Amino acid sequence: MIEGETIREEEQLIASILGGNSQEFHALIRPYERTVYVMALTLVKNEADAEDIAQEAFLKAFRNLKNFRAESKFSTWLISITLNEARSRLRRKSAVPMESLDEPADEQGHVSPAVLVDWREIPSEAVERLEVRQLLQQAVEDIPLIYRETFVLRDIEELSVNETAAALGISVASVKVRLHRARMMLQKRLAPQLKQMSPKRRWLPWL
Amino acid sequence: MVIDCKHVWDYISGYLDDTLSAEVKELVQEHLEHCEICSAILDSTRNILILTADERTFELPLGFSERLHARLSEEIEGIEPAPSKSD
Repeated sequence: MIEGETIREEEQLIASILGGNSQEFHALIRPYERTVYVMALTLVKNEADAEDIAQEAFLKAFRNLKNFRAESKFSTWLISITLNEARSRLRRKSAVPMESLDEPADEQGHVSPAVLVDWREIPSEAVERLEVRQLLQQAVEDIPLIYRETFVLRDIEELSVNETAAALGISVASVKVRLHRARMMLQKRLAPQLKQMSPKRRWLPWL
Repeated sequence: MVIDCKHVWDYISGYLDDTLSAEVKELVQEHLEHCEICSAILDSTRNILILTADERTFELPLGFSERLHARLSEEIEGIEPAPSKSD
């Protein structure tokens, strides 16, 4: 089991760092640089802020490493720290209208997907096109924060439903509802846009 | 029992994560087999999730890693295992 091995290696690294080999912290966090940055970026939607938050999150993780409890995964712990950093940054930015963390009024409502037929698979290589990346980034950033947090943890950071619930301090049932809404919002917006792009402009050179 | 499109839409996310009960899953599957619209919604949702999760979709800024590790080095060399509590 690769994951089990990674966790054991991380535990050894953490023990070593706490034992005085602080330099090894560099190696410990290297696999998570992207994870932490993307998490911050999708929450605060600003590259400079996201980089600041990422640095702060890693520094906090270093300073508080002795408080890390091995019952959770290091990555999950790190993501929780990042989430808290991003949330407090959003709170502090009073000049910018703050997105509400409360349930939107239509919490009971449904999000209807975009109805279409003949979906043609968009291959992953398409994200090498800047215009496709921008469509995707913008669509994710435009999801209301309450749903975006869940979506990012679950579908971008690939935490389990239980880990997502724990990191956000909400129930598993809420994670599922919010995730479903976020995914439907993305489908509703992106499916027509992506579909429209594909046949006319020949941006899929392999077709 | 037969379920309509709107009900199937409520189960798209659970279907993708394979968290539906066996009974519901079967109903959804039966519906998908002869509903082009719901099949396209399922396929497009799955496709979009793959694209948004792609590592290339959200990129690290140039020099991010260098700046981060330089900052960490300052911290690590500045205060060796700090006994005081810091936050």
